[in-house]
Amino acid sequence: MTILKTTGLSKKFGDFAALDGVDIEVGKGEVYGFIGPNGAGKSTTIRVLLGILKATEGQATIFGKDVWKDAVDIHKRVAYVPGDVNLWPNLTGGEVIDLFIKLRGGNNKSRREELIRRFDLDPSKKCRTYSKGNRQKVALVAALSSDADLYILDEPTSGLDPLMERVFQECVREAKAEGKSILLSSHILSEVEQLCDKVAIIRQGKIIEKGTLKELRHLTGTMLLVETKEPMPNLAEVKGVRGIEQKDGALSFQVDQEELDHVVRYVSGFGIIRMESAPPTLEELFMRHYEGTGTGGAV
Amino acid sequence: MDNQLFSGTGSLSRFILRRDRIRIPIWILSFVLATVATAVAFIGLYENAQERQAIAATMENPAMTAMVGPGYGLANYTSGAMMAHQMLLMTAVVVGLMSVLLVIRHTRTDEEEGRIEMVRSLPVGRLSNVAATLLVLFLVNIVLAILTGISLYALNIESMELEGSLLYGAALGATGMVFASLTAVCAQLSHNARSAMGLSIGILLLAYIVRAIGDVGSEAVAWLSPLGWIVRSEVYVNNIWWPVLMTVGAAVILGALAMYLNSIRDLGAGFLPARAGKTHASPLLLSPFGLAFRLQRTGFIAWAISMYVLGASYGSVMGDMESFFADVDLMQDLLVPMEGFSLVEQFVPTLMAVMAIIATIPVLMAILKARGEEKNDRIEHVLGRAVSRNRLLGSYLLISLIASFVMISLAGLGLGTVADAVMEEGFDTAMAYQAALAYLPAVWAMIGVTVLLIGWLPKLTGFIWLYLSFSFFVIYLGSLFQLPEWVEKITPFGYVSAIPLEEFDWLQATVLTAVAIGLIVIGFVGYNKRDIGS
Ligand SMILES: Nc1ncnc2c1ncn2[C@@H]1O[C@H](COP(=O)(O)OP(=O)(O)OP(=O)(O)O)[C@@H](O)[C@H]1O
Ligand SMILES: [Mg+2]
Repeated sequence: MTILKTTGLSKKFGDFAALDGVDIEVGKGEVYGFIGPNGAGKSTTIRVLLGILKATEGQATIFGKDVWKDAVDIHKRVAYVPGDVNLWPNLTGGEVIDLFIKLRGGNNKSRREELIRRFDLDPSKKCRTYSKGNRQKVALVAALSSDADLYILDEPTSGLDPLMERVFQECVREAKAEGKSILLSSHILSEVEQLCDKVAIIRQGKIIEKGTLKELRHLTGTMLLVETKEPMPNLAEVKGVRGIEQKDGALSFQVDQEELDHVVRYVSGFGIIRMESAPPTLEELFMRHYEGTGTGGAV
Repeated sequence: MDNQLFSGTGSLSRFILRRDRIRIPIWILSFVLATVATAVAFIGLYENAQERQAIAATMENPAMTAMVGPGYGLANYTSGAMMAHQMLLMTAVVVGLMSVLLVIRHTRTDEEEGRIEMVRSLPVGRLSNVAATLLVLFLVNIVLAILTGISLYALNIESMELEGSLLYGAALGATGMVFASLTAVCAQLSHNARSAMGLSIGILLLAYIVRAIGDVGSEAVAWLSPLGWIVRSEVYVNNIWWPVLMTVGAAVILGALAMYLNSIRDLGAGFLPARAGKTHASPLLLSPFGLAFRLQRTGFIAWAISMYVLGASYGSVMGDMESFFADVDLMQDLLVPMEGFSLVEQFVPTLMAVMAIIATIPVLMAILKARGEEKNDRIEHVLGRAVSRNRLLGSYLLISLIASFVMISLAGLGLGTVADAVMEEGFDTAMAYQAALAYLPAVWAMIGVTVLLIGWLPKLTGFIWLYLSFSFFVIYLGSLFQLPEWVEKITPFGYVSAIPLEEFDWLQATVLTAVAIGLIVIGFVGYNKRDIGS
């Protein structure tokens, strides 16, 4: 079942196209990773989804309703953590959490207390005195203690210490187990890799890659490290081989998944002394897109 | 200069000037133009000494003294004397307000937004930001002083000679400087920009009130307020320079105090105590309205008290007025009492107009808070939850409407009750209250314009302050002499019945209210259509 769907979503600020035909789709019970370099348009997409910005073109629906027209109805079932958490300096964290829970229309006291304990937050302090991580915790506690069907989290772990990051990951898994959907924008690749079922990569306002983790892994290919008796002068010309590097007498390179069989046959012709293969990492794929050298790839 | 404390002050000053390269010239030009325009208007309106002398007679009473300061040279009321008497104090107050706004913007606001932290991480002295801000403000006020002085002199009006004109400008500049420094001190005391601004404007208002009480009652009290010093320069009459120089001296001393306080406090901290917080929110906070009110509670209460005090201080003058009129037979001839009104009552509309416009300040602040929250990226917490834009803006609108009622009521009641207490004949408090309430539709129209700006031109919401200042000048001048009819009609305050002198005009009030509602509705439509964000 589709919870969130955008088709051809575009947003212009004056002449500048911040979003250009964004299509994403989040299903029920899915954790959807949303990654991309700084200024790619992640927060802009999320703000459009929340009905805070109005899309220039395209459609966006949550729970089948239009994100602009039915914002209030949608928000009753959505919990949101913004990228930059600015709070009111003269209210306490506890007051802000209560306010947020109330404005959404829920009321879950025990969940609130439990989360405050788990995140180790002192709710009696004024927001002015909170550190960045603690402000983030206020927003997280408020969002996670609400009984929402969709969580929209914009870089929710920025500023959290590793221990708290783990608490956050547990919370996300719990929510997923309860059948809730999560849209998670993040720069922390390991977090995305560990939590997400699907990932979309955005760059300069365009989605340049998306799919399940498995599909994306497929894109990256396998890392091979090979030492042969005879040198392989023409390895670079073999189809499906990329990124050849010398490493203490051996060659390391990457092989596209579909060409693996073919490449191994070729290599074995030179007499294999040593061969190691590393599982495909998303890190490499992500970095390629972040750097902008990625070709887009073929699914 | 100590490198550890002041290095980089020059570059920071230039940076401030660069950031405000539009704002500062607009302020300065507005003052110069307003001053010149008034001077020209005076000349046009009162062509000869006889006419001026007639006006001088109406000026010589405690209510006028409370409002515009003591009259010097009333016996020979030249155009210059008239200008200095009727315009200097009020203009000086607005110059003070300019200084307050600019100083807060470059000190506490920057600190709150974390910008000072970044600046401090550079090889920049600890005091450089305060020093640079004051340097720029002093410069702005000096330029303002010189331009105003020269422009007045350039008008080539007989009684406005060079020295007096320069002193006129200097008095304005000195007021700006002393309030710049005072604000810098307040910025050290408070924890955040809003309360620092509230404190500074409060002190400005207090300075005005103390001077009013002093000018009417006791000379010694008047000397407690820097505004009392300024008016005692007797511009264009005796041209006394030392009160102005004394004001500049006070500005320098207060500036040094601000720097000292800045040097002994932590970044982000203040000196006024901050209370410990609650773990849970009170049920009153838990709605967009509750939040909007909570954020402005302190300011709201402070303004409410100030409005009552302002009304009361005008009211207290009524007693002096009564005995004054009893003494002076001359007045009886000049101010022909209208049927059924005491002479004192005739001043009610003028005082009310001034108070109503001042009362509009907190009212507009309440609705503008909606935009302030948006600029601080905090509004998305609320809109991201099950709160519609109408409900959100509606909450701020409601507070603004409540504020309009409360502030206007308190001003009217302050005037009425105190006047009744001090006058032998007694005073009709109900009448004063009606006179005050008559201003509500005009205040609502101002709210309407603001909502319109918030909905359609959010980047330009600041223009409402220019419009209010303009209204103030027009109404204030209009109350002193006959302006052409249409000039007053450019501001909603020009459509208010002058109770008790006029009947309450229901039609006019209804039309004004309808216009206000129309503007608000259009504003809401825009607010629902546009992007939210800074
Ligand atoms: N109100 C605005 N007016 C003009 N341009 C904007 C506005 N808001 C965002 N942008 C631009 O749109 C682009 C996308 O910004 P966005 O905040 O969505 O990036 P992001 O992917 O969230 O980046 P980050 O990882 O740094 O948070 C940026 O180039 C930004 O400068
Ligand atoms: Mg972002």
